[in-house]
Amino acid sequence: MSNAPIKVSRRDFIIRSTQAGTAFALGLSLPGLGSGAVAAEGPAGADNSHTETPEVNAWVVIEPDDTVIIRIARSEMGQGTLTGLAQLVAEELMCDWSKVTTEYPTPGENLKRDRVWGSFSTGGSRGIRESHDYVRKGGAVARQMLIQAAAEAWDVPMDECTAANSVITHGPTGRTTTYGKVASAAAELWPPEHVALKDPDDWTLIGKPVKRLDTLDKLNGKQVFGADLKLPGMLNAAIKACPVFTGKLSSFDDAAVRDKPGVRAVVAVGENAVAVVAETWWQAKTALDALPITWDKGEHADLSSADIDAMLDAGLTSSEQVFVGNAAGNAEQGLAGAAKTIEAVYAYPYQNHATMEPMNATAVWTPERCEVWCPTQDGMAALEAAADAAGLPIDRCDVHKIHLGGGFGRRGAFHDFVTQAVTIAKQLPGTPVKLLWTREEDMAHGHYHPVTKCKLVGGLDENGGLTALHVRISGQSILAAVRPQWMGDDGADPVTFQGFHADGDHAISYSVPNLLVEHAMRNPPVPPGFWRGVNINQNAIYLECFIDELAHAAGKDPLDFRRKLMAEHPKSLAVLEAVADRIGWGKPAADGVHRGLAVVKTFGSYVAACAEVSVDGGKVKVHRIVAATDPGYAVNPQQIEAQVEGSFVYGLSALFHGECTLENGAVVQSNFHDYPSMQIKDMPQVEVIVMPSGDFWGGIGEPTIAVAAPAVLNAVFAATGKRVRRVPLKYAELS
Amino acid sequence: MAKLKVNGELLQVEADPSTPLLWVLREQLGLTGTKYGCGIGVCGSCTVHIDGAAVRACTLPIAEVNEGQEIVTIEGLSASNDHPLQQAWAELDVPQCGYCQPGIIMTAAALLAENPDPSDADIDAAVTNICRCGTFNRVRRGIHLAATMKKNGGAS
Ligand code: FES
Ligand code: FES
Repeated sequence: MSNAPIKVSRRDFIIRSTQAGTAFALGLSLPGLGSGAVAAEGPAGADNSHTETPEVNAWVVIEPDDTVIIRIARSEMGQGTLTGLAQLVAEELMCDWSKVTTEYPTPGENLKRDRVWGSFSTGGSRGIRESHDYVRKGGAVARQMLIQAAAEAWDVPMDECTAANSVITHGPTGRTTTYGKVASAAAELWPPEHVALKDPDDWTLIGKPVKRLDTLDKLNGKQVFGADLKLPGMLNAAIKACPVFTGKLSSFDDAAVRDKPGVRAVVAVGENAVAVVAETWWQAKTALDALPITWDKGEHADLSSADIDAMLDAGLTSSEQVFVGNAAGNAEQGLAGAAKTIEAVYAYPYQNHATMEPMNATAVWTPERCEVWCPTQDGMAALEAAADAAGLPIDRCDVHKIHLGGGFGRRGAFHDFVTQAVTIAKQLPGTPVKLLWTREEDMAHGHYHPVTKCKLVGGLDENGGLTALHVRISGQSILAAVRPQWMGDDGADPVTFQGFHADGDHAISYSVPNLLVEHAMRNPPVPPGFWRGVNINQNAIYLECFIDELAHAAGKDPLDFRRKLMAEHPKSLAVLEAVADRIGWGKPAADGVHRGLAVVKTFGSYVAACAEVSVDGGKVKVHRIVAATDPGYAVNPQQIEAQVEGSFVYGLSALFHGECTLENGAVVQSNFHDYPSMQIKDMPQVEVIVMPSGDFWGGIGEPTIAVAAPAVLNAVFAATGKRVRRVPLKYAELS
Repeated sequence: MAKLKVNGELLQVEADPSTPLLWVLREQLGLTGTKYGCGIGVCGSCTVHIDGAAVRACTLPIAEVNEGQEIVTIEGLSASNDHPLQQAWAELDVPQCGYCQPGIIMTAAALLAENPDPSDADIDAAVTNICRCGTFNRVRRGIHLAATMKKNGGAS
């Protein structure tokens, strides 16, 4: 925005640029979902017009009663980013934290305002680490404007005024005023061009374990999720898509269900799905179950897990479609000259995100406009999907974000549920339609954690030092299916090498003189996706378990063996030493209890874990995990603890149970009875060491997921002498 | 036409008798705090109380519920977020996404009503809910904290 002293007031400018085209253009009164916490029914105010109070800037609105509304562009899906981002803004705003609330701007507004809120994408543990700078500046700019407004009102120089806790004080006279009192005057000012951010040593809110801002409504049923939304006149849709991924819808016999109670329409949805629209969702779902459907299953109708296995096995030794992710020295020669070599093959299956809230979206379409309400990890991408399906220019569409009942990557890169909801709504112009998937549909139409296998060959010298390592990954590329534009010019998928890179956010934590890491790309016709942790989940198992194998082959202690390789990786070594120290590595564990270690750098953070397990009658019990994380700056330590614990549940559920298999071209598992997830009885004690070393911003939501499984598997080896090289663990014979 | 007593009120509902209680609560009565997670009785997201016992509403047709039975949903657990579990949950910031939480809180509330000071093993046996965000350790601490608060008479 220009700083030029033009005549039009800044406030008029903003009002004019944000008021065009609200939901009211539809002639419907629809609830807005600013903060995600709204009444389930009836109008609760239009989006973001919660108040007549003008914003101070895009990030900050302050009401006359001193309520501070902080705008959050990223999505809250349980990971706490809403609170963390608000802390960042509030730190610089220097407002009263107890008066802070939040709201989501809509993606449509973001477009209209030249993307003033930047990225809406919430994945890759990027919420805080990629926006900390501009959101803090947003808070700092607003603070300056509030101070300037007070100084002008008092007719004193700005630099005689200070702000703290939403109160502005004029030093020489001791006069005070509050943010609420000067906010509308501040809104008329042009923002300063330059603001200085606080020195981290002066932070009073960043780094504090403040409570989440979104807890209370989650305790009494008030939190309205997308699945709960009810709009006036709304109908409900249930959907089935062809169970074979590349298959299509041939036909359906709607006469068989048209007269069932509540049924209003039976419609084809795109090329591969059919939906029943009814007054209630239960009616829609019941009618859909009774609907005769024929599918054209297409060329992959016979695909099975055995076919995919064979494809990946071939990739372990083939020289076709092989890409190099990291190389140093000469691994081949290194291995040839080694005193001892060992080799192992690991495997990791397809897994479903299984967010607790199944996929859903609510849409209303008219020839003029389309509005969508949905849980999404990326509002802008949801808007693009909506506009595409609506067949309308993007500026005639908008998306209203709702807190997610879990995301884990499922609701970021993919908006199939939005496309479907809009496609259905388009066939019932003017009527809001909520599409809710059954759990069975969710299991059948995921964007799955990709399958890979990995062959590792390591060479040791006479002293048991690691001199050469050859890693060959064979398996599916996420980028090839989801983001081909991010692939290398040579067709390589860099994300496949997470945890093996020479440097950067996902660098290997060891120095190996002769190293070769390769990927034989093998892409089965099953849609892959980003899944909390992405490829670090299996890569950490491959490398960290194999390092353990090497240590064992060298007759070394796994901690000592790692230390020798980590001289150039002090931050990784520090988190590893921290967990070893806390658990008492080297001292005996309780009777029957055994330990395993893992260390990883990923999503810009350094993490390590030490697990204590026992194995009784072939059953693995995880007793305790000590985890350390160095994310550079730690915005909210108690939320980091929650994320570490949560990541272990997700990671250990994946290790113990997570597997989607294919038969006849379709996913076999259909619900939580055959795709189980951990329960409280399986939960280990978790001790979290947060050790921020400053000067960088690492991720939180994902990194620690990677260390849970290898630490447990290494402990299982310590307990049984058996290596588990295939996930899920249920296949292992441990008794 | 069926009659159900929900959160202390006798209500008329119009739904096919085979309709699961979950969908009557959510779609007919607007009580959307009770969640759909699996529909097969496995995840516990849909847990409500019937005459004080934790019941998974997704597999219970309303034909099997009579108007003499007291159904309580998360919305009816307390008047103002002041059930000891709700207080403990707020104190410990238990929820992450929150989707599973009404079901977990209702499960834990039934446990506490029957067993005011549950051991870890009691909790393991009673709370079989799925939480994909992984709030279990705070859930456990929350149940113990609520038990203590109740014992000390700190809450209703
Ligand atoms: S929805 Fe009822 S147990 Fe899962
Ligand atoms: S808090 Fe998200 S599923 Fe439990």
